[in-house]
Amino acid sequence: MTAPSTIAADDGSAPVRFDLVAALKDSLKAGAIAFGLSIPILAFKTEQSGGDIFLRPRWGLVAVFVAIIFGVRLLQHAFHATKAYRLATPDAHQATEFVHAEPSAFQKVSRFGIPFFLGIAISFPFLIYLIQGGLDQSRYWVDLGILILTYVMLGWGLNIVVGLAGLLDLGYVAFYAVGAYSYALLSTTFGLSFWVCLPLAGILAAFWGIILGFPVLRLRGDYLAIVTLAFGEIVRLVLINWTDLTNGGAGISSIPRATFFGLPFSSGEDGFAAFFGIEYHGMQRMIFLYYLILALALLTNFVTMRLRKLPVGRAWEALREDEIACRSLGINTTNTKLTAFAIGAMFGGFAGSFFAVRQGFVSPESFNFLESAIILAIVVLGGMGSQIGVAIGAVVLVGGPEILRNLGFLSAVFGESFDPNEYRLLLFGMGMVAMMVWRPRGLISERQPSVFLKESKAISSSHVKEGHG
Amino acid sequence: MEIFVQQLINGLTLGSIYGLIAIGYTMVFGIIGMVNFAHGDVFMLSAFIALIFFLILTTWLGMSSIVLALVIVMVIAMVLTSLWGWAIERVAYRPLRGSFRLAPLISAIGVSIFLSNFVQVAQGARNKPTPPMMRDVIVLFQGESGYNVVLSYKQIVIMATTAVLLAIFWYLVQKTSLGRAQRACEQDRKMAALLGIDVDRTISLTFVIGAALAAVAGTMYLLYYGVVSFNDGFVPGVKAFTAAVLGGIGSLPGAVLGGLIIGLIETFWSAYFSIEYKDVAAFSILAIVLIFMPSGILGRPEVEKV
Amino acid sequence: MRWLKDPILDVQHLTMRFGGLVAINDLSFMAGRGDITALIGPNGAGKTTVFNCITGFYKPTEGMIALRKPDGSHMLLERLPGFSINWKAKVARTFQNIRLFSGMTVLENLLVAQHNSLMIASGFTFLGVLGIGGYRKAEREAIERATYWLEKIDLIDRADDPAGDLPYGAQRRLEIARAMCTDPLLLCLDEPAAGLNPRESLLLNELLLSIRKDHGTSILLIEHDMSVVMEISDHVVVLDYGTKISDGTPSEIRNDPRVIAAYLGVADEEIEQVEAEIGA
Repeated sequence: MTAPSTIAADDGSAPVRFDLVAALKDSLKAGAIAFGLSIPILAFKTEQSGGDIFLRPRWGLVAVFVAIIFGVRLLQHAFHATKAYRLATPDAHQATEFVHAEPSAFQKVSRFGIPFFLGIAISFPFLIYLIQGGLDQSRYWVDLGILILTYVMLGWGLNIVVGLAGLLDLGYVAFYAVGAYSYALLSTTFGLSFWVCLPLAGILAAFWGIILGFPVLRLRGDYLAIVTLAFGEIVRLVLINWTDLTNGGAGISSIPRATFFGLPFSSGEDGFAAFFGIEYHGMQRMIFLYYLILALALLTNFVTMRLRKLPVGRAWEALREDEIACRSLGINTTNTKLTAFAIGAMFGGFAGSFFAVRQGFVSPESFNFLESAIILAIVVLGGMGSQIGVAIGAVVLVGGPEILRNLGFLSAVFGESFDPNEYRLLLFGMGMVAMMVWRPRGLISERQPSVFLKESKAISSSHVKEGHG
Repeated sequence: MEIFVQQLINGLTLGSIYGLIAIGYTMVFGIIGMVNFAHGDVFMLSAFIALIFFLILTTWLGMSSIVLALVIVMVIAMVLTSLWGWAIERVAYRPLRGSFRLAPLISAIGVSIFLSNFVQVAQGARNKPTPPMMRDVIVLFQGESGYNVVLSYKQIVIMATTAVLLAIFWYLVQKTSLGRAQRACEQDRKMAALLGIDVDRTISLTFVIGAALAAVAGTMYLLYYGVVSFNDGFVPGVKAFTAAVLGGIGSLPGAVLGGLIIGLIETFWSAYFSIEYKDVAAFSILAIVLIFMPSGILGRPEVEKV
Repeated sequence: MRWLKDPILDVQHLTMRFGGLVAINDLSFMAGRGDITALIGPNGAGKTTVFNCITGFYKPTEGMIALRKPDGSHMLLERLPGFSINWKAKVARTFQNIRLFSGMTVLENLLVAQHNSLMIASGFTFLGVLGIGGYRKAEREAIERATYWLEKIDLIDRADDPAGDLPYGAQRRLEIARAMCTDPLLLCLDEPAAGLNPRESLLLNELLLSIRKDHGTSILLIEHDMSVVMEISDHVVVLDYGTKISDGTPSEIRNDPRVIAAYLGVADEEIEQVEAEIGA
């Protein structure tokens, strides 16, 4: 249903005209299929009362659904027809426009985008304070900022594995879980502080990265993805079932909160506010957490950028391009893949221990497959291998669904029980498909060379391979 | 001994269901080399379709013969699920043909997330039970300790249906021109197209057949467990995929064999070791099989080309 | 017979079976130090399989492949893990269907080839990340070495272009330069002249001769283009159906009836007849 038949494509140079009858026919067909699909899953809702189950017909909903599909299809036809018309009509500027290479998307974004984004990220709490006009009012936004930055960091960590080394990892969340549980367990049982636990969590996650990475090294493509998925699920299931250690599905609560290098964010005498002689406010801890995750994310970025220019980073990318050639050049592909797994996992572990200190509570349900899928989607949407692309991807995929929260007014249209938030994952799934159809290489698909002799030219994605694993 | 026989029966029943789902994975992987990650959710969707039609037939139309109702439900579920299978291929996979290699897998993950949440939104998050049906059992023999080894009617129906449908589809794939076209596309899609095979249609039909068999599995699953929920697709899907890989991906008998093995392992593991870790066992088997015997029992090993 | 006196590569009783198929059957030959040795034979004779055994992509079913270093010591290639054959035994290779890192620039391709020495210079990444140690200097030297090779293969102007953008002939040359950046003792080339036009073919001959002259690298090559083989090689080994049917200087090979028979597709029993006819 997505690729409409090319209308009148065979009469060559003649301007293409919009064939309304054909479009209508096709749209009707799409509507009929939509009708078939919605029976019975939309047409009848199973309702329960007590032990009984009965059906409630909802033909109105089916009509709306079919109408939407019909309309979308018709619009698609119209869009394609105008596009075909534009392509078929010769344009006087065409020749000159295409000869001059335009600056690539990366160069455009990097020249103005990177300082802009960085500026926004650093001043975000102040901007929000000014816009919202108070600390209490900005709580939601700072919280959202923390959430987005967490995913930016996770995306950057996974980008090392998927984007640079070309190893598709669907179980990345396992390392996030290892980091979170490391901090949770170390701090609750041994009373270690966050700053001691953070490197430990990273090391433990890296260690698990190697343990899990080792057996999967010879796998390629989809098989690698499925095995990493299996490992991710095994970690989660073990966390659920190993109740002696992890307290099972109930999770670990009352994890010590973050302190400002030893100063707790409390209203007491020895608190952060009292030490600096300022008035205590609950938001101080939030803002601290915001800058903490910003620093961690920037550290991830800094290290990744450094690694790309080191032999190990080049070997990762070479591995993505051609593993056999790598072996013939004396590169130990096993070690190279393991370092990618370990370093990616380490950043996942850092992010995990941040997650634990922020929530004060961890449970296995925070580390399900969907999380891995979201992080992967961030990397793919952003453009594999592109740091700024991944950051944009995180803003879109994590920040975007928040818009749904503010669509409460729609319940006036669809009835009282309508909650736009329910549709978050539904739209997310559709978005993933649409992304693959529309721009499978992500928003920023050009690759920036790690070294240059005279000038650095972005490499178009048509040359860049996506890896064998 | 009694427990062993009983678990054997239970395991074979469960294994038949996994085998039916596994065929969908194995055929799609064979023909376009992608893991149809959403197949488990198609199975779950088909169980919902079956549930709703079962309710329509029994409560609204007052059909009294459960067997007849089940047959009708199964056929309807097969048709409607096939339509879903076709539509999914058309929307989410066909535009990606020739795109970069990971695109279909990621798209399939998107479809999987979409389907489970679509069903959740459309039907609610709670477990949906069916009215009790076919509760009769045959006592095969009685052990000394008073433990009855039973074979339920349900189990007979499930195993018999699986066997009949497998025979039909086996014939379809081996003896008809559709099967020949499928095998040709498996070998070399470009060449098949040059020889006048409609590759798109063949791939669509593969998805349709896979979805139809998943619908049979969905109906049987509903009959066996009497309950279904929106997140019932993921874990059976993974297990069926394990079955497909274990049997040798691309091989139809392999998928059924793998399904039976996985079903047996699961029931015996739950009976003799620990029921909590039964999914851990399934995922571990998946990892072990992929790592140590990626070509499975009946598959052909791949040689690295330099 | 220089290759018998001072061989760099000594292959003894090499056999490679894939299931029931015997790709190489009891093959023994030597390649002389400083020689250009050509491995020729009809399609399917097992030439690339020999290469894959030498460069560690296949583990031979039977046999020994010894690389003799200039100091007299030798390494058994069939016992080394794949990547060590390049790094420890100093054997580099190219591929029949070019395997460049097409999404990386020409310069990057040549830097990846110097991975191991740069890795040491970067303190196995640990020092490099912190920005201490001699990595910067080492990278500069690596770029200089790459520049040298780019000038030699006439691709210096395209150093910052993606390797996948280069025309076919340039890709072939780049692959050879990339292999040479690993500083090999033995360079194995799998059909380097395939798909080249006569002018490019000539440039290739010059490049190979200069590699031998300036760097002392021995070359083992598979080639179908007889003009290349006859013009530059010192020693030719002929394979057919996985066995060696002839071994000698180009002029000897040219006149060997078994070689003629293999290339012209004469049945086994007719070989003697052919031999008699041409008076060998």
